[in-house]
Amino acid sequence: MSAAPDTGPALRLEAVWRRFRAGKRIVTALAGISASAARGRVTGLIGPDGAGKTTLMRLIAGLLRADSGRIDVLGIDVAQDPLAVQSRIGYMPQRFGLYEDLSVRENLDLYADLQGVPQEVRAARYAELLHMTGLGTFTARIAGRLSGGMKQKLGLACTLLQPPQLLLLDEPTVGVDPVSRRELWQIIDHLTRDAATTVLFSTAYLDEAERCDAVLLLHDGRLLGSGAPAHFTNEMAGHSFYASAAVGRRHLQERLAAMPEVIDAVIQGSRVRVVTALAAPLDAAALGPQVADFAMTPTPPRFEDSFVARLRKVAASPPPPVGAGTAAAPAPVPAEAVIAVENLTCDFGAFRAVDAVSFSVARGEIFGLLGANGAGKSTTFRMLCGLLPPSHGVLRVAGYDLRNAAAPARRQIGYMAQKFSLYADLSVRQNLRFFSSVYRLAGAQQRTRIDWAVAQFELGEMLDATARDLALGFKQRLALACALMHEPQILFLDEPTSGVDPLARREFWRRINLLAAAGVTVLVTTHFMEEAEYCDRLLIMAQGRVLTAGTPEAIKAAARNAERPDPTMEEAFIAVIEAAATATTVAA
Amino acid sequence: MWRPVFALIRKELLAVLRDTRSRMVLIGPPLIQLLVFGYAATFDLNHVPIAIYNQDHSQASRALVARFAGSPTFTVRDVLGSARRADGLLDSRQVQMLLVIDPRFTRDLLAGRPAPVQLIVDGRNSNTALLIEGYASTILDDFSLAWSAAHGAPKPTAVLDLRTRYNQTLASRWFIVPGIVALLTQVVTLLVVALSVAREREMGTFDQLLVTPLRRIDILLGKGVPGVLIGLFEATVIIMATVLWFHVPLRGGLAPLYFGLLLFVIAVTGIGLAISALSATQQQALLGAFLFMVPSVILSGFATPIANMPGWVQVLTLINPMRYILVVVRGVFLQGAGFSELGSDFWPMALIGFISLAAAGWLFRKRVV
Repeated sequence: MSAAPDTGPALRLEAVWRRFRAGKRIVTALAGISASAARGRVTGLIGPDGAGKTTLMRLIAGLLRADSGRIDVLGIDVAQDPLAVQSRIGYMPQRFGLYEDLSVRENLDLYADLQGVPQEVRAARYAELLHMTGLGTFTARIAGRLSGGMKQKLGLACTLLQPPQLLLLDEPTVGVDPVSRRELWQIIDHLTRDAATTVLFSTAYLDEAERCDAVLLLHDGRLLGSGAPAHFTNEMAGHSFYASAAVGRRHLQERLAAMPEVIDAVIQGSRVRVVTALAAPLDAAALGPQVADFAMTPTPPRFEDSFVARLRKVAASPPPPVGAGTAAAPAPVPAEAVIAVENLTCDFGAFRAVDAVSFSVARGEIFGLLGANGAGKSTTFRMLCGLLPPSHGVLRVAGYDLRNAAAPARRQIGYMAQKFSLYADLSVRQNLRFFSSVYRLAGAQQRTRIDWAVAQFELGEMLDATARDLALGFKQRLALACALMHEPQILFLDEPTSGVDPLARREFWRRINLLAAAGVTVLVTTHFMEEAEYCDRLLIMAQGRVLTAGTPEAIKAAARNAERPDPTMEEAFIAVIEAAATATTVAA
Repeated sequence: MWRPVFALIRKELLAVLRDTRSRMVLIGPPLIQLLVFGYAATFDLNHVPIAIYNQDHSQASRALVARFAGSPTFTVRDVLGSARRADGLLDSRQVQMLLVIDPRFTRDLLAGRPAPVQLIVDGRNSNTALLIEGYASTILDDFSLAWSAAHGAPKPTAVLDLRTRYNQTLASRWFIVPGIVALLTQVVTLLVVALSVAREREMGTFDQLLVTPLRRIDILLGKGVPGVLIGLFEATVIIMATVLWFHVPLRGGLAPLYFGLLLFVIAVTGIGLAISALSATQQQALLGAFLFMVPSVILSGFATPIANMPGWVQVLTLINPMRYILVVVRGVFLQGAGFSELGSDFWPMALIGFISLAAAGWLFRKRVV
């Protein structure tokens, strides 16, 4: 079927520009991208939300036209002959159009009909795909009842019915639990190895870069770099260390992050992972005399180090120090449980979403609820916020059950919803004024708080911008500012940094750390394993149950064995899930 | 105490007014609908195509034909020489009425005997057919009276003297356009209110509202009051168009009109909030709004009189707020009715408003907590 020559790269982009009109503004989605992708390899298109990944995918698939520049796919100019390109590629968009009311088999039949797969080859192709995706036993199940990971695998199977030469996968691992994510990668490896398919894989998860053969690093519509992942990590060889000292890890991290010679400092377990500007350890003296027993041990560089280093070069100045968002007294921490949950259970009809969950969170603690989609963490979270009634169990937040609590009790909590739910049609100023008024701030007090938020979150330049038009990082800041207007004692964060770039995520966690240090209790849900590292304690959930709880260190230590002397959070998570699965099988 | 509620109301209005599209939706489509309804929806018959088969070629029959030809109601499409084509014309809808004048028409007239004239009317639309019959018999009656007067025949003993009050020329636009004030006010209010909560649910901001110290009643008020304000604004725009563009007389005072509209808009807001509480997405809310809207218009007396409906359907109309506001609007516009005449229509709307708001509050509690 290939009319095009089989030599040369599968994909070549030359100075591709694309702009969009959003209201009165013109947004540059892609600013002169030139790159290529080799045949039979996995090329990762890596960048945070809003980097231009989806636009680029759609341009390659011939669904959008570039303003200028040239795109050759398998030797064919997309602008000249989009149909020829579309017959040779497979494209799986972010939300693949599965028909949720049809069964797995019916979805396959439908897409086979749409793609004109001949009847006589279907049986063999179905068998192959079902085997590859592990969906063989679920052919009769309604697609809507599959888990997030299984849906993605079915979407992939539908895309692969007519074997494509080039496969475009737009963020296939979003909302997929680590186990399914690993399985998806196994399928991709199999495709490139055995079927010589070229894969272009977009993702916002930086750790996935290291699984690709080559990487295109995208940020704000610009290509920050391209090449093999090792090329990126090698740049940073000798720059990365674990730092430890005889002070609190948050304090140490804050100190390190403020140093000009430090590119990056993030908490990992009990230590702080530092990336230095020069390939040499830091001088302990620079930290000041209060930091005793300061030590740095070298550690291998990661892909993310290189991304952060590149972003720091692009970004103007290092962020100014941030102050705590609340006037709460610095906590002389009594081990008082601010959130207490006992035997919390939630049933939706016959389905038990949360099953006898118990835990407690002390004042000033950052507590994480970790789990894949459908693990029950969001349901637990909603019950804690008083948005959902529990079926059984006891639940106290700041001494109240928020469900029945009078309005004043709810003044104790701040809430930041998933996707930074702001009033998109209102301006930044109007959003701030609205949320402060709703929390009964008025007059001078209200003005002070709004001024504080504007100064703290650097919103001054965009006060009159409509929230809808803000970049994702600013939306996140505004959402946090709105949640903090009334100086709450407890902060609920639902997937707080999904999709934002690494710098914005670091800045966000710096603020959260300061809040916690000032005595604010923080409860976070996340499926983002790295975010879990920032928590003091974690609860890992699956199928509505608590699988394990403890500090990130302890959870990682439990997963340590000969094969994995230093497991990552994700490896630890998979180990916990697999251990639980084995236990149920044995029990059954 | 009230500040958070005001903040919510302010936010709702800003959200509607800052968005160019929703601003247009509030003003553009209702005005277009008003023009379309105002010009298209009429019960008056004009230029009805007719055919005439005149078998009596005399001066008298020509005078009768001239009366039909001269009437603005009828347009003579065809004058037939034989009966053959007559059925075809009716079947193919080329004409809606056939006037057949008997060959003995003049002879019978002169002899003082009843002179036979036959009307064949297309009854496929029963309403139009009735109206055509009415117009045609008026023309025939006028002709008979004129003939009697001219030829000294005895006059009919009893003569009907018709006077129409309130709408002297029986222009159906005077009946329909004030009704549109109620109709469009209902459409806009219902959509604004029903969609506002569903939109927040979709965006995820509703959870954000629920965790604030706002009480359910605060949220209900904050969502309801903007609906009432927007509904009254909408009504004002359409009332102005009714008076200034369609020249329908506004004979009564603005006070009873707006008092009625306020009660109506509150009742509709309560229904909108209840729909909103039951729907999880904007699509469901839209569907719910239309599920309510269509029967409420049909059961309101907007087009067809409630008195003509079967008894049990008439009972059903009693819970429809639009039924009452139509009486109020038409009463104030055409009759100049005041508070004393309209009291019996005000209190049912107030009652419906109270019950629907209470139901919405209860549904909110059930759905959201």
